Amino acid sequence: MAKRNAPKRQIQRPSNPGSPLIRVEDLTFYYTDAAGAAPAVLDHLNLTLTEGSFTAILGRNGSGKSTLAKHCNGILLPSGGKVYVDGMDTADDNLLLDIRRQIGMVFQNPDNQIVASVVEEDVAFAPENLGVPSKEIRRRVDEALAAVGMSSFARHAPHLLSGGQKQRVAIAGVLAMQPRCIVLDEPTAMLDPAGRGEVLSTIRKLNREKGITVVLITHHMDEAAQADRLIVMHRGRIAKDGTPAEVFRDVEGLRAMGLEVPQPVALLDELRKAGVSVSREALNVEDCAIVLADLLRSGQTCSQ
Amino acid sequence: MSVPILETVHLSHVYSEGTPFRHVALDDVHFAVQPGEYVAVIGRTGSGKSTLIQHCNGLLKPTSGQVLFSGEDIWSSKERTHQVRFQVGLVFQYPEYQLFEETVYKDIAFGPGNMGLPEEEIRRRVLEAAHFTGLSDDVLERSPFDLSGGQKRRAAIAGVIAMEPQVLILDEPTAGLDPVGAKQILDNIRAYHQEKKAAVILVSHSMEEVAREAQRLVVLREGKIALDGSPEEVFAHGDELESMGLGVPAMTAVFARLRAMGIDVPASVYTVEQARDAVLAALRRKEGRPC
Amino acid sequence: MLKDITLGQFFPGNSPIHRLDPRAKLVAVIAYIVALFTSQGFLTYGICFVALAIVVKVSTVRLKALVKGMKPVVFILVFTAVVNIFYATGTPIFSIGFLTVTYEGLLRAFFMVIRILMMISCTFLLTYTTSPLALTDGLESLLGPLKKLHVPVHELAMIMSIALRFIPTLIEETDKIMSAQRARGADFETGSLVQRAKALVPLLVPLFISALRRADELATAMECRCYHGGDGRTRMNELHYRPADTVFLICAILFAVAVAVLGAFGY
Repeated sequence: MAKRNAPKRQIQRPSNPGSPLIRVEDLTFYYTDAAGAAPAVLDHLNLTLTEGSFTAILGRNGSGKSTLAKHCNGILLPSGGKVYVDGMDTADDNLLLDIRRQIGMVFQNPDNQIVASVVEEDVAFAPENLGVPSKEIRRRVDEALAAVGMSSFARHAPHLLSGGQKQRVAIAGVLAMQPRCIVLDEPTAMLDPAGRGEVLSTIRKLNREKGITVVLITHHMDEAAQADRLIVMHRGRIAKDGTPAEVFRDVEGLRAMGLEVPQPVALLDELRKAGVSVSREALNVEDCAIVLADLLRSGQTCSQ
Repeated sequence: MSVPILETVHLSHVYSEGTPFRHVALDDVHFAVQPGEYVAVIGRTGSGKSTLIQHCNGLLKPTSGQVLFSGEDIWSSKERTHQVRFQVGLVFQYPEYQLFEETVYKDIAFGPGNMGLPEEEIRRRVLEAAHFTGLSDDVLERSPFDLSGGQKRRAAIAGVIAMEPQVLILDEPTAGLDPVGAKQILDNIRAYHQEKKAAVILVSHSMEEVAREAQRLVVLREGKIALDGSPEEVFAHGDELESMGLGVPAMTAVFARLRAMGIDVPASVYTVEQARDAVLAALRRKEGRPC
Repeated sequence: MLKDITLGQFFPGNSPIHRLDPRAKLVAVIAYIVALFTSQGFLTYGICFVALAIVVKVSTVRLKALVKGMKPVVFILVFTAVVNIFYATGTPIFSIGFLTVTYEGLLRAFFMVIRILMMISCTFLLTYTTSPLALTDGLESLLGPLKKLHVPVHELAMIMSIALRFIPTLIEETDKIMSAQRARGADFETGSLVQRAKALVPLLVPLFISALRRADELATAMECRCYHGGDGRTRMNELHYRPADTVFLICAILFAVAVAVLGAFGY
């Protein structure tokens, strides 16, 4: 592995909600295969993610979502175009550590990202790499484990934890870098519903209470519906970008891309198709029940 | 009722007996599957689902109790246990990680080959299994490691289907797939179930999935069967399911809320189509009233 | 069956033995092994046994865990015993056919078995009471001088600690793949040696591919967490050599010297 310079900017910059944190400019990426062909995985993407936001990225397998995620902290470098993190170019080798400590990454398989045999030693891994003094590491580790609700497991062996607990340890391991943004690449794909719930509520809490920018890549429509902003990727391009309510409105368009919509959205869509006028959107069970209750109670719902 | 194709009688399984890690995974479970039935098994991680299905084809031996295939104990002789493995096909979680052959064809042929079948019969079964799982002929000659994620999964399932089991058990076959990939696999399973009149046991975490696919739901909790019945019957116990960390399909939850608000809608709704029809019916009932 | 392997397992605890500096423990283990190999008779073996018993007691490691760890070496023990019983000359006790059992042979077999048992116990004690990371840190620090000779000490220590971390994961994976192939009629238990070796292909190929995939994903995850080799790394739990460690180490070395001297006089 290439030796890289120690991080230059150790001082945590004050976060500035709403200002651009990650800027993707005309990003193109392709692998050259054995035959020399190079189909674009990412095709002239432009995207700005603002500080403090919670963005979900949906898309089929192979739509380029993971590839985009790996560009956010310089694990992959653009074939064309630029990616800037807080103004720093990810292609600049000297800035790589600075970029990586600001943009944490969590992956799908919890087993393959835990390095140490004891939970707290794993969480300490990143700050140790960054050369943080040991007392400060201790403080960060305790704080990170508390933030994900895993303090009582600090001395446990990771391989004996449940899937949801392992993912929370992985999140703590990233938090110990004190990042401004966490990118999670299908963190719940291998978990059961209880584990998914644990991870989702942890992510939401970090976003709301600590102001950490979150990028969540997922297959689960109901998880995507919880974000502030929803981006749909299709064949290496951004096909849709808006609030979940806006994006899910185009039920047929999403289905054509091989995606689904949350069931409450699907139900209201079916009702509209059957000629019922439903004026409001509902992304979750609660809202859907309220919309239906209004519909069934009031007398003004007959189709005109 | 006819003789169940698969039945467990007072089945118990204890891990690490005699150590401090002693763990009762199954506790006096009576579970029966009729020929040609489509059953879903649901439960939290650690509820005993994996232990149960590994008993169904003799991978695990009961600590006490029996497992019967067509009414006969599968542990009566070594030969019988071996034969039952082919009659009760088990597809593990993430089955694509067990692919190992040079070509997809050879990998699918591994199971039938172990059965000692003649070459032509193996060929027929491989082609049929490939057909069931929607793998084209050119895919069969490729290396399994060059396929897409969804294709790998289907190739692995084909490897079990090629044994033509009378009971096909799948442990979370759609985990980690996108909606299209998941639907494709569920359709493949349904096709096998219908054309071969085979019984299917589907282990899943998705309430929406089991509500759509299965005729009967069996809910496990702490090594015991907590609920067993049709989707309507099981989803009627919404609170109980919630307390087990399982929940009900989104549509069932919506309708439960409507009923709690005092609106007269049916309780047995668990798919979007049923929900739409129920709402339309309720609206029609109000037609009499002026808008 | 595979889950019985306890190699490299660590039982967290807070005993005085747990709290010792890993470097002190490593050197003490070496001293103890030297002592074992210089032992000659009942007195020296007895002293070694008492020393081990005291450390086990203080460490709060359960005897059961130590005994469980012995299971895989039973074969080696039996083999050693048999070889030593029959291949020693001395006062015969009885003979079976052309094999003669001697008093010296029995004694030597007994001491050899005891020696292996105590040697394994003390190394298990080390891994049971020392977290793998502390252990590799200790090794890295002890071997530190070799860095001047361009030996990649940090990299070797990192490889070792990751290997220890992944042992349980890979064992679990082996179990899973074996079950999956058994469900397709694979047979790992019967047949000739050649057949059995062939039967391992469906197990080893997926295991190897999976290990490569894990290695690749782990490398990416480590890079994401700013890993860039050993330069400029700090540690959360820095190794602090305390007076207690020095006392322990001096005791261990004195013990080894004493046993060696007694052994030299044939005790």
